[in-house]
Amino acid sequence: MDTTDRKDSVAKIKEAHRLLKRYEYTPQKIQRGYTNKTLYINISDNTIKSKDVPEEIKDKFTGGKGLGLWYLWNSVTKDTKWDDPENEIIISPGPVGGITQYPGAGKSLVVSLSPTTGSVMDSNVGGHFGPLMKFSGWDALEIQGKAKEDIIIYIDGNKGIVEIYEVPIGPVNSHILAEEVTEFFAESEEEKRNISVISAGEAAEHTLFGVLNFSFYDRRKKVQRLKQAGRGGIGTVFRNKKIKAIAVKYNGVKGDSNNPADIDTIRKLGLKLHKEIKEHDKDQCRMREIGTAHLVEIMDDYDLLPVHNFKYGSHEEAYKIDSKVLAKKVVQGSPDGCWHGCSMSCAKAVQDYELKTGPYKGHKVVVDGPEYETVAGVGSNCGIFDPDYIIECNFYCDTYGIDTISFGTTMAFLMECYENNILNKEITGGIELNFGNKDAAMEVLHQMAKGTGFGKIAGLGVRRIKNLLIEKYGADPKFLNDIGMEVKGLEYSQYVSKESLAQQGGYALANKGPQHDEAWLIFMDMVNNQIPTFEDKAEALHYFPIFRTWFGLNGLCKLPWNDIEPPDNHLTDEPAKVPEHVENYVQLFNSVTGKNIDKEEMILQSERVYNFQRVFNLKMGFGTREHDIPPYRSMGPVTEEEYLSRQERYDKQLKELVGVNPEKMSTAEKIEALREYKYKQYDKLVDAVYKRRGWNKNGIPTVELMKKLGMDFPEVIKLIEEHSSE
Amino acid sequence: MKFLQKDETLCIQCHACESTCAQAFFKSDDRTKSSIKIFDDPGERNEIINVCNQCGECISICPELAIYRAKNGVVMIDKKKCVGCLMCVGFCPTLSMRIHKDFLEPFKCIACGQCAKQCPTKAIEIKHID
Repeated sequence: MDTTDRKDSVAKIKEAHRLLKRYEYTPQKIQRGYTNKTLYINISDNTIKSKDVPEEIKDKFTGGKGLGLWYLWNSVTKDTKWDDPENEIIISPGPVGGITQYPGAGKSLVVSLSPTTGSVMDSNVGGHFGPLMKFSGWDALEIQGKAKEDIIIYIDGNKGIVEIYEVPIGPVNSHILAEEVTEFFAESEEEKRNISVISAGEAAEHTLFGVLNFSFYDRRKKVQRLKQAGRGGIGTVFRNKKIKAIAVKYNGVKGDSNNPADIDTIRKLGLKLHKEIKEHDKDQCRMREIGTAHLVEIMDDYDLLPVHNFKYGSHEEAYKIDSKVLAKKVVQGSPDGCWHGCSMSCAKAVQDYELKTGPYKGHKVVVDGPEYETVAGVGSNCGIFDPDYIIECNFYCDTYGIDTISFGTTMAFLMECYENNILNKEITGGIELNFGNKDAAMEVLHQMAKGTGFGKIAGLGVRRIKNLLIEKYGADPKFLNDIGMEVKGLEYSQYVSKESLAQQGGYALANKGPQHDEAWLIFMDMVNNQIPTFEDKAEALHYFPIFRTWFGLNGLCKLPWNDIEPPDNHLTDEPAKVPEHVENYVQLFNSVTGKNIDKEEMILQSERVYNFQRVFNLKMGFGTREHDIPPYRSMGPVTEEEYLSRQERYDKQLKELVGVNPEKMSTAEKIEALREYKYKQYDKLVDAVYKRRGWNKNGIPTVELMKKLGMDFPEVIKLIEEHSSE
Repeated sequence: MKFLQKDETLCIQCHACESTCAQAFFKSDDRTKSSIKIFDDPGERNEIINVCNQCGECISICPELAIYRAKNGVVMIDKKKCVGCLMCVGFCPTLSMRIHKDFLEPFKCIACGQCAKQCPTKAIEIKHID
């Protein structure tokens, strides 16, 4: 869309929009990372009010995801469904979020009940919204209710105004909507940099795995770039509430906008990391050059890159989509951070990409990414090794508001079903969903946006599709449950965990479902053999998920923790923890808040929220052992061809680990023997992890633990007691 | 392009340039507020005079477009646009972008030449190259 068209479209929106509610407030001055106020909006009756954030709640939940979980807990009952008006979307950056000196400090944490899991979901997203919202006076934005017609919510942080507009016309898809909303609220070209927009897209309306796109205005390319709160379908909740966009405008970001207690220390820490990244990134992860996509060839080399629905871990054509190829597609020469001061700059963009399909065919667009997860998900996992397809699919997933991870894992599952005649052309409406058929995958994606044809089924996600195929088409439940890569209703992210027991736990035990942000232990476990015993693995599955939770409490990104390491990190006692960077975070927190935590208290802050989230799952009818069981595809070979593809490895495991002689066994017998062994190992792991975490054998945190953590809210204790006596 | 050229063999480490710069820029007697830095000990970098050579690397580092090359070729910081992220400081190839605890934004040599006028040995001089 060119500038003239956009101005015409915005003019029409201006004519058609209607102010439903205006709320005026005096923006609170930030005190040491907190405004101590939450903006509550009920869009059913357009109530807008300011709520205090009590000290006790900050002490228990810190901020970010913690605050989101607390508000949601108080808003929903055990019977609340994702599409009930009571369900909320809460956005909060946390106290450290918004500092401009330390890389990765502009994240927003989004919390809601998920359409795919039915339980509580959290998602960590870049873009400028969270910090600008905080500078506008709000630690969190809490949205409840459902609008009658499409609305846009607008926060002007300089004037102290919140407005709700009914906007019945205009585009929904993010790459256009984010630009138009920016145009709508910017009083000048120069002001566009002060605006961030949250939006979803048409497919978020018709599928269960919709994303939220959080924008940041790219000063060089003069476009709103999009970062995704991707997991668990919060974009679907957003569109179900008939929210078209939420925009914030704040003019005046400076180095001390977060008003920290000790800015000098923050500057020193930031500068130290900038220099570390400058010196070592090019030899470590190459985040500035190509971002997370540097992982493609590494994962392929270690047999960890998902291929054909996680059946294999490498492919002879993987070189066609590796980082060397992608580096030629993305624009470089300028740093792309998703918040000020992020010298890690992993955000990438393909500029002037001419679309080949869909409603925008022929348009030249800026495409964010592709990230590793997208390359592996929509690419290798579906047997598609075409970089242009990956870019096109990335673009449409983003603008339609779809999670590339869930799309990739779901599509890979559907393709395997198709190849096994569980799906056929009659069910797909004529679409030949073989592995590698990029045109078919793209067609399903466009159907998802329109809510038509097979796209309606595909958009349900793996768990619901499994049930549908079993109930309606008589598919074999065992096979589908083995190959359907989901736990708790969330689709797996893109790593093959077959040879790492710790990672099988890292995925299946994760609070929200199998996302790698809780634990990524494959190298520690499988490659370096640093955690050989069950107790070692349990310790890792205690420490790392808890530690990583801390980023989400504070508005931080995980990447600058261990995707850059000090050159002498390998000489430290615990290199996997990156001790120097942990110390940086302790000091950052203290420098912002004026508190005096140490690394033990840091873990306690996380442990409080982590266990609260586990109990939240319990409240919603989940959160017990039966919901922590992985599909066998994530543990070992399901099919004969899969076994035979790595026969030497699996035969060796049978001999050395299981203690049977594979020579006299059929492949089917070998698969069964290995399977039995692996599930027994997994059970032992779960016992060890629950014990280490202070949970009972059914995976429920004990009353003693919650008391020790100070999270013994009456409703929490009642829930635990009810379930423990069952 | 206008820049401050140095000849370290002539420097007698009198620090007059630092005092002049801090005074000219910030009306301050505090030499740590100078854009030019004189080392009594050359250290690992084997350097006595450190000052911006106007290479412009920082222009591409700054996502805010707050750093630009002026018509006379000097690299300047637009303090209004600067958000104080310090990436330009960390990524400066010659470590010549300065910070001071009294200021949120970095600062740098703008080749004004005041220091050169005070240099008793002509160890620093303003030069123009195309």
